[in-house]
Amino acid sequence: MLVEAEELTRVYAMGDTVVEALRGVSLRIASGDYLALVGPSGSGKSTLMHLLGGLDRPSSGRLVIDGQDVASLNRNQLARLRNTAIGFVFQSFHLLPRTSAVENVALPLVYRGVPARTRRQRAAAMLGQVGLAHRLDHRPSQLSGGEQQRVAIARALVTGPSVVLADEPTGNLDSATGQAVLHLLEQQGAASGAALVLVTHDHEVAGRAHRQVMLRDGLVVS
Amino acid sequence: MRLAEAWRVALGALRANRLRSALTMLGVLIGVAAVVALVAIGTGTREEVESQVEGLGSNLLLVFPGEAGVGAAPAVSRLSLADVDAVVRVVGDRERVAVQVTSGETVRADTASRFTSVLGVLDTTPQVFTRDLSRGTYLTRTDVDTSRRVAVLGSTVAEDLFADRDPIGRQVTIAGVRFRVVGVFAPVGGQGFGVDRDAQVHIPVTTAQRLLGTDRIDALAVRAPDLDTIDELGERIVATLSERHPDSEFSAVTQEEIIGVLGDILGILTWVLAAIAGISLLVGGVGVSNIMLVSVRERVREIGLRKAVGARPRDIGLQFLLEAVLLTTLGGLLGIALGVGGSLLAAAYSPVPATITWWSIALAFGVSAAVGVAFGVVPALRAGRLDPVVALRSE
Ligand SMILES: Nc1ncnc2c1ncn2[C@@H]1O[C@H](COP(=O)(O)OP(=O)(O)O)[C@@H](O)[C@H]1O
Ligand SMILES: [Mg+2]
Repeated sequence: MLVEAEELTRVYAMGDTVVEALRGVSLRIASGDYLALVGPSGSGKSTLMHLLGGLDRPSSGRLVIDGQDVASLNRNQLARLRNTAIGFVFQSFHLLPRTSAVENVALPLVYRGVPARTRRQRAAAMLGQVGLAHRLDHRPSQLSGGEQQRVAIARALVTGPSVVLADEPTGNLDSATGQAVLHLLEQQGAASGAALVLVTHDHEVAGRAHRQVMLRDGLVVS
Repeated sequence: MRLAEAWRVALGALRANRLRSALTMLGVLIGVAAVVALVAIGTGTREEVESQVEGLGSNLLLVFPGEAGVGAAPAVSRLSLADVDAVVRVVGDRERVAVQVTSGETVRADTASRFTSVLGVLDTTPQVFTRDLSRGTYLTRTDVDTSRRVAVLGSTVAEDLFADRDPIGRQVTIAGVRFRVVGVFAPVGGQGFGVDRDAQVHIPVTTAQRLLGTDRIDALAVRAPDLDTIDELGERIVATLSERHPDSEFSAVTQEEIIGVLGDILGILTWVLAAIAGISLLVGGVGVSNIMLVSVRERVREIGLRKAVGARPRDIGLQFLLEAVLLTTLGGLLGIALGVGGSLLAAAYSPVPATITWWSIALAFGVSAAVGVAFGVVPALRAGRLDPVVALRSE
């Protein structure tokens, strides 16, 4: 099992009031899974995704990612886990400005200590797989939204992660471009053997996943 | 993350904000330039003063009323020519004793005049302090014994008053009294102790005392016959003078002691100047801190993303720390260039002496790097500790 989550809660303290973003979510993700996380806005989808990706820690519950209990990891070990096991794709792309496409894709390899030449080779190859071999040295501002998200997908996959977590990856794209990006994500994810967790509030998109998990008010409803 | 990569990222960040980086560097640049230049001037001054004192010769004894040392209160001179005769008896050779009465006076020739220091001296002065003449002769013993109104001019005084004409045999008036010029000093240059020896006028001490209406003398110098007995000679002179003036104190100091005291004073002065300049470096450091905090805030999303793809807190911290150190060391290098350039220019084109010392350059560079670390560490820690989820959500 790649990810085992048991009774995860995430509580935000805001002054006197507390916000319970997650109220006991259990979930298992196996390698090769394709899972859609659906639910209305504010239901806790992003919060759950951050937990599954080791960006955040649960307030309670047990979370094991790639065989490692998150509670037992310090911040450096958690960073290493994100670097080796996880690939993130965000709604707003999150590419570094003033940085070429190939360098954006190579960024996770920097924190893995891969030498510069190898980094560039691997990043360029990955960009080729998402159809951007001709855009290596373009900056994000010189790319369309769809192209930017494809760069982000290449960045998520360049390390060969076990789980790819995509938080509304088509949210900032028009539907045709969104479709294309989604296809690419599914196809590349499948090719690499990584599990894919897709956060969306689009039921049509969710229907393409092997499995759907529906969140409402911080609880799994189906 | 590898250090090389961190350097590259830091350099890129500075380049992305060229004007801001340049202005931040300017603060450090000015501070470092000031430290380097002021240390150079302080060191140069000390070396020049020391070399002038050394020029006096190691067997010179300066005798004066009061106590020697830093911070000693200046004493009113009670020494008279009778005391000088007593000192001559102790030394056993009149040729080895020089005296001085100093006064600032206006010296006038036909058309020109200038205000300068007039020294009443004995005819022995050129032997005691090595002084060469370019023209004419020095004062004679007869000039002193009979209070003649004759004068020897310093080279710049002669130039100012007589230009191209030969001053020998011509008249000057000092404080309204006529004198005949008998000699002109060869130029010596330099401005040790703030005294321009080329601007002095020497007249017989007896004449000077009459002119000033006094019988005191200001200072007394003795060239000791040999170095082994110089301290003992000094003690004997002081004892003799104390006997003659039981309620006054006297001191006799050697060149070595003068260099020691002056070196101490100028050394302290150099450090004080460097410390004052160091404060401006500190202000530059605060500027660096400020800009780094702005930089962290601007790049919150970048920090969040880097963490999402596996950057550890220390990777992020190192990146921002290097950015700060890069700012201050680049500023420091430019400041060193400016400080060295300014010092060399000052030394070449102004009377201000300046000596560049390697330790001051190394120190300035080290301090500017240290300022980067000291003032970059808080922003760097803040960046490293940033919660990646919060960072990614910020717009
Ligand atoms: N940093 C935070 N502080 C306080 N409340 C938060 C914070 N982050 C998220 N929340 C709250 O948690 C709930 C779930 O948010 P989120 O996971 O972003 O939902 P979704 O992605 O499904 O729209 C929301 O009510 C949101 O306001
Ligand atoms: Mg969300």
